Formats: sequence, structure tokens, C-alpha cells
Amino acid sequence: MTAIDPAHLVGTGGALGALARVYVSQRFEGEYPVGTLAVNVLGSLALGLVTFAGAGETIVLLVGTGACGSFTTFSSFSFETVRLIEEGEIGRAAVNGLANLVGSLAAIALAWLVVRAVG
Amino acid sequence: MSGPHPLRTLESIALIAIGGFAGANLRFLVARFLPGTGGTLLVNVAGSFVLGFVLYEARYTGILTERARLVLATGFLSSLTTYSTFALQTTLLARPLWMVANVLATYALGFGGVLVGRALARRIGGGYR
Repeated sequence: MTAIDPAHLVGTGGALGALARVYVSQRFEGEYPVGTLAVNVLGSLALGLVTFAGAGETIVLLVGTGACGSFTTFSSFSFETVRLIEEGEIGRAAVNGLANLVGSLAAIALAWLVVRAVG
Repeated sequence: MSGPHPLRTLESIALIAIGGFAGANLRFLVARFLPGTGGTLLVNVAGSFVLGFVLYEARYTGILTERARLVLATGFLSSLTTYSTFALQTTLLARPLWMVANVLATYALGFGGVLVGRALARRIGGGYR
């Protein structure tokens, strides 16, 4: 098996992850930043699966670091939460902050359980 | 809004992909020199700061073109920053106190980064709107 340059793996995964993020978040577009929540939870689930399944380095770089890393985003999450606070929607900002955290952590826990069950 | 020209769509796809390629690689590079939660914190805070600047700049001055924003914000910065790695690293921390500290530090500095970016955009835009 020929080794592919890590930068190409991470970059290709990153490009695909970014496009998938735009596609998925547009499906959920609305008044509240549900799109970012969706990509962050889904991406955390995928990263958990790749990590706990003990995938090889190529898959980890392409799917884990590249695709999942770029599919999920912290900067958009930060910006959207700050904007909610700015608009006086303190409660919704808090819900958004918690939902991303709890959702992503739960997704990772689910990934761990799935990998363990499949063996 | 409805139905942009196919070439326009193709151009947007290319810009987001290029930004995503570069953003993921910069994150990968930072993680090499600063592995673990430190590197993730750094890219998330830096990315939030620049995104705050870019998106508020659009509101206050609008020097950057729509396409520049697409490649920089949607492609590069959103790929540079990551929530999945932050969440995974948090779960893998040894102590509950460290987990809480990592979440609080990332959230506080990330939100702070957006506000600093906004302040900078305002200053360049000449005060307000």
C-alpha cells in the first residue's frame, strides 16, 4: 500500500467535509442555528465511530481529522451564539450552547456503545 | 436567491472546497506542534476571532466581496475550527474538573474572540454601522 501524503488526505477530507457541512446546514436553515447543531452532533458521532473502531491512519486522517474536523465547526457556533446574546435571546443562546455540548457528547457516547456492541 | 447560474454554483463549490482543504491542513499542522486540547483551543479561538471580524466587517464596511467571504468564512475558518475534536478530546480527559475547565475555557475564549473580532470590524468601519 502506497502512503498518501497526510496533507492530501486531511485536505481532501477537509474539502468534502466543508461541502457536506454547507449542504446539511442548508437543509436545516431557519431562525435558529439548528444547522450548525446538526453538523456538530452528526460529525461528533462519525468521529467517535472512527476513533473507537480503531481505524487505520489513512482513514483517521481522511475521515477523522479531515472530513469530521471540517464538517463540524466551532467558529460558526461561536458567532451564532454571540448573535443570539446580542439580540437579547439569552435563554436561546444558553440552550444553543448546551445543546451543542450535550448533543455532541451524547453522540460520542453512542459511538462508543455502538463500536462496543458490534465488537 | 432562487436558482443561481450553474457556473456560479460550481464556483461556490470550488471556493468552499479550497477553503476547506487549507483550513483542515492548518488545523492538522497546529495539532502537530500543539497536540491535545491546547491546539484545538488555539484554532477554535483564533478562528472565532477572525470569523467575528469577517462577518461583522460585512455589516459595517463590506470591503470583502461575497466570494472572499465564502472562501474565508464558510470554507477556511469553519474547517479550521472544529467541534467534533473538541467534544472528543473533552470526553477523553482524565478528570471531570479538566473536562469542565476545557469546555468553559473554549466557550469563553471562543465567544470572546467573536466579540474582539466585532470590535475590530467596528473600529475599521468607523464606529458603528
